[in-house]
Amino acid sequence: MNLYRARRLRNAIASALAVGATAVGLCWLGMVLGILIWNGLGGLSLRLFVENTPPPGASGGLLNAIVGSTLLVLGAVALGTPLGMLAGTWMAEYGRYARLTPIMRFVNDILLSAPSIVVGLFVYEILVAPVGHFSGYAGVAALTLIVIPVVVRTTEDTLSLVPNELREAAASLGAPRDVLIRRLTYRAARAGLTTGVLLAVARVSGETAPLLFTALNNQFFSLNISGPLASLPAVIFKFALSPYKDWQALAWAGALLITGFVLTISIAARIWPRQRKPT
Amino acid sequence: MRHGQIGDAAFRSLTFAATLALAALFVALIVALVLGAAPAFRTFGLGFLIDQSWNPVTEKFGALAAVYGTLVASLIAMLIAVPLGLGIAFFLSELCPAALRSPIGIAIELLAGIPSIIYGIWGLFVLAPFLQAKVQPLLIALFADVPGLSLLFAGPPYGIGLLTAGIILAIMVLPFVASVSRDVFAAVPPLLKEAAYGVGATTWEVARNVLLPYARTGVMGAILLALGRALGETMAVTFVIGNAHRVSASLLAPGTTISATIANEFTEAVGDLYTSALIALSLILFVITFAMLAAARYLLLRLERRSAK
Repeated sequence: MNLYRARRLRNAIASALAVGATAVGLCWLGMVLGILIWNGLGGLSLRLFVENTPPPGASGGLLNAIVGSTLLVLGAVALGTPLGMLAGTWMAEYGRYARLTPIMRFVNDILLSAPSIVVGLFVYEILVAPVGHFSGYAGVAALTLIVIPVVVRTTEDTLSLVPNELREAAASLGAPRDVLIRRLTYRAARAGLTTGVLLAVARVSGETAPLLFTALNNQFFSLNISGPLASLPAVIFKFALSPYKDWQALAWAGALLITGFVLTISIAARIWPRQRKPT
Repeated sequence: MRHGQIGDAAFRSLTFAATLALAALFVALIVALVLGAAPAFRTFGLGFLIDQSWNPVTEKFGALAAVYGTLVASLIAMLIAVPLGLGIAFFLSELCPAALRSPIGIAIELLAGIPSIIYGIWGLFVLAPFLQAKVQPLLIALFADVPGLSLLFAGPPYGIGLLTAGIILAIMVLPFVASVSRDVFAAVPPLLKEAAYGVGATTWEVARNVLLPYARTGVMGAILLALGRALGETMAVTFVIGNAHRVSASLLAPGTTISATIANEFTEAVGDLYTSALIALSLILFVITFAMLAAARYLLLRLERRSAK
């Protein structure tokens, strides 16, 4: 009877601790988001989207940073998605049983988990140092290097999930392999492929470290990709660490913007494939 | 017919070229890091790894303080995140009502979606002042008379430092530990769990004696993945680490990590040797995270082989 009670007690304690751990995790999320909204909401206004970043001590908006971030992210996704999808296609289709594929999978995993600051340094060495100045191109290149492994991974994973019977059916009708892949497997895996791109966008939008030595930052409005380019994360970094109250308020507002954007996209990426089952 | 073959050959070459491009990027990354780091290693030799000094004026550089800070901050993060993450995984897989399982799981995973710079400003403006005002004085007073621990919690409460960085990192890697562990717990054959419940085991005993031993390899893999993540994290740490190049026993003292050093100093680094020393640091970081990933992959691979049997 005593043993029985001791076991019950131990079970109750362990369960309580597990519930506690979950509560701590949820509280952390609540606290981070709550404080972000508390500090950022006050700065959220139309001015953010129509005025450029101000000099110290003045008020202004984040227009140039938002435009810069959009350019960088769009550029990186536009470059990284095709390359990543093609490589993922080879690994899942043509090279499924090739000896190279497991090696490439590992290489891709290394790139996927490489610290983003290391990626930034690499791009600095090959695209900034030789040219002699920071540029939006280098920023795009650094973000592209982060997009590629994400897309390769999701492409390979989702293509591998397409049932082989579909491929066999198409092949037996005489479809060449490229037609089979483009007309059939890509369509069957569309939801998963979209998720991959969304995840890549979410991942890259908040990246700061790889931009520090590549796109740098720009106080002024600029669409010139061959010069330094502002980006939301870089502006947040600079403004948050500054002693000026106006700058800090802008940093919080920018932080709220970017978190809202990233979380919306990552939730969408999770819900999308469930609603659109491959047919 | 021939047209189809040409199309296929072209598409095949295109995809293969993309795969080769991926490999080329990887090789270029390593070559660039090694070439960039070469001057530093040539000047300081392997002593670079165990030298604490970091003086841009006299151009004397050593990686020890940054490597030490990186390892200690990540260790603190794992000490917090692993028990919490396993607790969450246990809750989600055994205790949670089915209706709440998915929302809570997604909420925890959202912690991983928040950009690291957000954690940085949160740490700087919220966590660091709180620790400085409330927690650290308490720790200092509490352990002042305990030999050993008094060294770990010595000095004035700065707010920023290794402990704060470790706590921020713990929040960031928690979802990795939790969600991967939950997934490996879910992969435990239901038969085993049912058998244990059938002989009257409590939920905790099932978790302790069935889930954990069965999923041990997978959990280790999850921990290593999270550790790799913590080691390479930059922005969140840069805000709260203090950027002080020294090795100090106290967890409350400001320190630095490899990634924070690079983020703080690279744009201001003048002189080839300074730049090279920073690139050498990033090479060390790359090698460390590579080792973590390789170990994690190896463990997860072993797990796959076992479950395939």
